[in-house]
Amino acid sequence: MSTSTTDPVTMSPQAAPSEDPALRAARSERRMRILMPCAALLCALGLWEFLVRYNEIPHYLIPAPSLILETLWKDGPSLLSSAWFTVKLTLLSLGLAIIGGVALGMVFALSRTIEMSLFPFAVILQVTPVVAIAPLILIYVDSTFAALLICAWIVAFFPILSNTAIGMRSADHNLRDLFTLYGATKWQRLRYLLIPSALPYFMAALKIAGGLALIGAVVAEFVAGTAGQNTGLASRILESSFRNEIPRMFAALLLVSMLGILIFLATSWLSRAVLGHWHESEIKRQG
Amino acid sequence: MPLDTTAQGAAQIEMSHVFKRFDNGTLALQDMDLTIRQGEFVSLLGPSGCGKSTALRMISGLLSPSSGQITVNGHAPGSAGKSAGVQGGDVSFVFQEPTLMPWATVFDNVYLPLKLRGLSRREAEAQVTEALEMVGLAKFGGSYPRELSGGMKMRVSIARAMVTKPKLLLMDEPFAALDEMTRFKLNNDVLNLWRRNGLTVIFVTHSVFESVYLSSRVVVMAPRPGRVVHDLALPDATTRDAHYRTTPEYAETCRLVSDALEGTMDDVDLNH
Repeated sequence: MSTSTTDPVTMSPQAAPSEDPALRAARSERRMRILMPCAALLCALGLWEFLVRYNEIPHYLIPAPSLILETLWKDGPSLLSSAWFTVKLTLLSLGLAIIGGVALGMVFALSRTIEMSLFPFAVILQVTPVVAIAPLILIYVDSTFAALLICAWIVAFFPILSNTAIGMRSADHNLRDLFTLYGATKWQRLRYLLIPSALPYFMAALKIAGGLALIGAVVAEFVAGTAGQNTGLASRILESSFRNEIPRMFAALLLVSMLGILIFLATSWLSRAVLGHWHESEIKRQG
Repeated sequence: MPLDTTAQGAAQIEMSHVFKRFDNGTLALQDMDLTIRQGEFVSLLGPSGCGKSTALRMISGLLSPSSGQITVNGHAPGSAGKSAGVQGGDVSFVFQEPTLMPWATVFDNVYLPLKLRGLSRREAEAQVTEALEMVGLAKFGGSYPRELSGGMKMRVSIARAMVTKPKLLLMDEPFAALDEMTRFKLNNDVLNLWRRNGLTVIFVTHSVFESVYLSSRVVVMAPRPGRVVHDLALPDATTRDAHYRTTPEYAETCRLVSDALEGTMDDVDLNH
């Protein structure tokens, strides 16, 4: 509600007698939901700025927010190109995790035998910390980008695989019988029953995998160090720490967080757009 | 006028010496013989565990008997639908729960059986609308199941079963989870559908009153092992209305059926 200041209701309640009080309450709640976090964040930043200046903390220990912003502005172009590298890495690995996870999840759901034989591999991939495997992958894979991609993919892949398989199996038993009674083909069963049933589970997995893909990308970059010519945000953080350029470290860190937030917002939006009209998890309750 | 005109129709379902033993060893159904004719309204009545739902699922083809023979319209159950796609839908099933797809609108839920047969939305529209009108939900085509009451969801489920114009309607305790007012209303709806469309209905229930109100014939079953113990033809099934519930004949028939059911309970160990 950007027009809140010109809202006649706030100036005089009598001016609009037809205004629904419930509607007004909802609108002011929506406004508060944006205003309050922003205000809290600003207060925290102000306190940070004040403490740094008041105690005269040197910028190579803790830089003030103003200095971080200044660095972000100054190093903007080079930091943004690093950010682009990380974005590419994250989205590509997420995309591949979705393709691989959904495909294998469907196969698992359709065949118990294949699931029993392959599931241990998926679990091994999941439980082995990516930091521990990354050096090996970097040795065996020539292209640094491909190696980083594999690391990020390993982390993001498992939740999608596991939730897709569970989701496909969670289809209502009576609905399955109904499809059998009407002689549905395998394809019809998949398209009209199993995929819609799995969608809420897939969306939950996507929210997790989106964040994990970024974490995987950052961790892999850390392990790779500044080896490649095209380097992402994590290697910039590493590089700045070697050179004791703490403000730039913070600036790069800020960009990583913002990336994470963007991914979270995008996946949440997608989930609401896909499930909002029917699934319990995304339905807005009244009263 | 003969009391039971419907019994003159051709035999539609024949079960002979049907046994069903589940994998865990339970004998769910023992030596069931049953012939149901075109146009009958048959209730399978009995306490839980008497195999009434099992019998219904075997007639639909969802379960197969351990031994014995079942034919529906001269075929093995369920086979007609597979061999000739057009016929899949001759038999419809209404479950105890509405069993609607929560992600689809009421229209799309009712359209499902026709969609699975390969009809486009446009080809199916008239039939779906007709089925929705039949259950009084023509205005709710665009709603989602979660927006409807329990009774309305059940009516959508019935509309979905009727959209293929089935010859045989199988209902597995469809109204057990509903309140009494809604149940009475839906009982009348089902009676009207049966009269108007000349279909055969097999209705599984554990309510004596419901079975007597609806059926032209009540098959009483007993548990452990599940078996048929009585087969009662009831008069005047085609002319009943809401007043029938208050007539002495209704009370008398209920008493008769209750007594038949009572006998089945003798060997049930309540401490079991």
